[in-house]
Amino acid sequence: MNNEQFNNRDVSENGYYLVDIEDYPTDGWGKFKRVVKRTFRGELFVGLWVVLREMIRFDIHTVSYPQEKMPIGPRYRAVHEMKRLWESDAERCIGCGLCEKICISNCIRIDTKIDENSRKEVSEYSINLGRCIFCGYCAEVCPELAITHGGEYENASDQREHFLIYEDMLTPLDKMKAGTQLEFEGFGAITPHEDERVKKTPLAY
Amino acid sequence: MDSAYLIETIIKVVVVLLVFSALAGIGTYFERKVLAFMQRRLGPMNVGPYGLLQVAADGVKLFTKEDIIPTNVVGPIFKIAPVITAATAFMAAAAIPFLPSFTLFGYEVHPIVADINVGILYILGIMGVGLYGPLLGGMASANKFSLLSAARGAAVFISYEVITGLSILAPIMMVGSLSLIDFNNYQIENGWIIFNMYGVGFVAFILFWIAAFAETGRTPFHLIANDHEIIDGFGTEYSGMRWGLFFIGEYANMFFLSFVIPLLFLGGYGDGSFLGAMALLGKVAFFFFFFLWTRAAWPDVRPDQLMWLCWKVLMPIAVINIIIAGFVMMF
Repeated sequence: MNNEQFNNRDVSENGYYLVDIEDYPTDGWGKFKRVVKRTFRGELFVGLWVVLREMIRFDIHTVSYPQEKMPIGPRYRAVHEMKRLWESDAERCIGCGLCEKICISNCIRIDTKIDENSRKEVSEYSINLGRCIFCGYCAEVCPELAITHGGEYENASDQREHFLIYEDMLTPLDKMKAGTQLEFEGFGAITPHEDERVKKTPLAY
Repeated sequence: MDSAYLIETIIKVVVVLLVFSALAGIGTYFERKVLAFMQRRLGPMNVGPYGLLQVAADGVKLFTKEDIIPTNVVGPIFKIAPVITAATAFMAAAAIPFLPSFTLFGYEVHPIVADINVGILYILGIMGVGLYGPLLGGMASANKFSLLSAARGAAVFISYEVITGLSILAPIMMVGSLSLIDFNNYQIENGWIIFNMYGVGFVAFILFWIAAFAETGRTPFHLIANDHEIIDGFGTEYSGMRWGLFFIGEYANMFFLSFVIPLLFLGGYGDGSFLGAMALLGKVAFFFFFFLWTRAAWPDVRPDQLMWLCWKVLMPIAVINIIIAGFVMMF
C-alpha cells in the first residue's frame, strides 16, 4: 500500500473543507423558524432510511470469533517461539543471556552449562507469561534471531504465573523437516534485501 | 351471568396472557435482531438456531436469579412496583379486539375480553396507571438514579397524557363512541380515520403516535430508563424476575399500543374477513417494527425537550385540531 497520501499533511488540497455551521438563533422568531425548518425538512426520515438501507443490504461485519478468526499480521507480538537453524536443524539459541538482561519486566530466566563438546548449551529457559508485557525487546536484542514472537494469542491458565519453558517454544523437529518454520518479521528481523545493502568489512582498507 | 360466558372469558384471559407474555419475550429477540442488522451486526446467534432460544435462556436466567431486596428500600412498594407495570399492561388488553370475531367448532368467538362502552378511555387510563410502576419503584429504591428516573417518569407522564387524551378527542367526535369495535365499524363505512375530515384524522394519528413513544418509553423519549445517563433508572436496584416483570410490561405495552393505533386510525380489522384480520396483524407488525426502527435511527431527547415538545408544540396542535374537527362537524 502506498503511504504517500498519508504523509502529505497539507490539508488545503486534499478535498478537506470546513463544515458550514449556521449561527444559532438568538431570538424567538429565529428559534421558531429553525424548529419549523427541522420539522419539515425530514431529517428524521433520512436517519430511518439509512438504517433500513443497511438492514436490507445485510452487509454484516461480525466475526464469529471462536469459529472465525481474523488474520493477524506477521509482526504481531504474541507468545514467544524459539527457532532452529535452517541448515542443521540445531537450536539457534547460544545461551548468551541477552534476553534475560534486557527483559524489562524480568520475566525471562536462563541457565546454561558447558556440554560434552565444550559448547555452551541452554539447560533451563523459562518465560513467565503472567509478567511478560510482550514488548519485543528479547526478540530485538537476540543476535541469533532465536527467540521471536509468534502468532498464538489464545492463552488461558489456571494461575497468574503461566510459565513457558524452552521445549514448548522450540520449533518441533518434524515441523523443521517439513520446512514449515516461519521466520518472524517483527522486532529484530532482518530487513528484506539486507545482503545487497550491508557493507562487508574488507580484510585490508 | 351464565357460566358459559364466565368460562369463555377466563379462557380468553388466559390466552391473551400467555400469547402476549410469549410475544414480549419474542419481542426482545426481534428487537435484538433488528437492531443488530441495522448496525451491521449478527445479534444473538449461539443459543439455538439463529439464536432463537436466546429468549428461553434469558427467561431461565431471570427466573432463577436471586431476588435481592436492598436494605434501605421501602419494602412493600419496592416489591409491588414491577407487578403494577406488568399487570396494568395486561389489564389494558381487556378492551382491545385483537381479531374480528370468528367461528370455532360452531361457536362464535369474539377475540375481545370485554367489549365495554368506554374502551379506549379504559385502555389509556390503565396504561397511564402503568406508569406508577416506574414511579413507585424508582422512589422506593433508595438510589439516586432511580429517584431521578422516577422524577423523569412523573414529568413524562404529565406531558404525554395530555397529548394522548386530546389527540383522540377528534376521532371520538367523529365516531361518537369509545368502544374500539365501534371505531372499527365506523371505519368500514367511512374509510380510515386518518383520511377523514380534511386531515384532522391524520394530525390526530401523528400526535397519538408520537405520544405512544412517550407512553412506552421508546427511543426518542427513552428517558425513564435511559441506560447511558441514569444506568437503568427505576430498574437499577431490581434483579431477577422483578426486573423481568418491568420488561414484560414494557414489551406487552408496545404490542398493545401497536394494536390500538391501527384500530383507532387505520381501519382496524376491516370488514372482519380473514384478509382483514391479516391486514390488522400486518399493521401491528409494522408499528412494532417502527418502535425498534426508531431505536436504531434516532437519538434521545432531553426531558425538558420532551416537555417542551408536548406542552408547547403538540398540545396547541391537538387543541386546534379539535376545534377544526368541531367546525367541520358543525357545518
